[in-house]
Amino acid sequence: MKSTAKIENLPFLMRKVSARARKQGYSEERIKQIELALEEALVNVCRYAYPGACGDVEVLCRKADDKIVVDIIDTGVPFNPESVPDPELDSSSVCSRNLGGLGCFLIRKMADEIHYRRENNKNILTLVLGGHAKSAKQDQAHSKSRGNHVG
Amino acid sequence: MEITLRKENTVNVISAQGRMDAVSAPDFDNFLEKLLSTGETNFIIDCKNLEYISSAGLQSILKAAKKLETTGGRILLCNLQGAVKDVFEISGFDSIFEIYDSPEAALEHFNGERP
Repeated sequence: MKSTAKIENLPFLMRKVSARARKQGYSEERIKQIELALEEALVNVCRYAYPGACGDVEVLCRKADDKIVVDIIDTGVPFNPESVPDPELDSSSVCSRNLGGLGCFLIRKMADEIHYRRENNKNILTLVLGGHAKSAKQDQAHSKSRGNHVG
Repeated sequence: MEITLRKENTVNVISAQGRMDAVSAPDFDNFLEKLLSTGETNFIIDCKNLEYISSAGLQSILKAAKKLETTGGRILLCNLQGAVKDVFEISGFDSIFEIYDSPEAALEHFNGERP
């Protein structure tokens, strides 16, 4: 699936991945998590890859063992979502919580693996998406034990 | 996403249905912005029929809540379920917003604050 990197094209770009997950028998809960990871990755491309210009984004989807592997490819400015630090999750008030940083954090939480590479002037972000839904509580415990490690 | 509004005394109870994502969040922004510009300060967002929320939706709610802090207003949430509840927990938004089981419980909070 290839399209102009615009927010209004997100449903079109995400449709095939959701359909494949459904076909593989993923739960509706997991499909929403996959859509979340994909949306956040695509929004980054739409908003930041082509400052002041238009460009394309391509979504390639394949099956590897029992997982879905999605490549998100753009030719915009180099951007590695793995380099974005986690937001301050321990803020306890509206005023102390920052607006940004959530997108990359949610990609990391919802995907089983993420890999970034820059190749032939292209950003290639690979999301490995297994069929098991992420539990918010388990994930928070896991997050605390591994600190801010990304990958 | 479908947005409906009902007024309970001074409280605006907003029901968001469907998906609050990067495509629809600007509509929600505008909806809240219009109410804020008319001086409304008390809000409950009922998420009973909200199926999906992404960072764009979270940012819309947080942005409005930040503006309300300067006017003494606030946003309470209720009826979070499934994927929406999970995203609130994972992102730590359950720590910065008051979340109730029902609109009635949230309304009681506002009623309890009245002099």
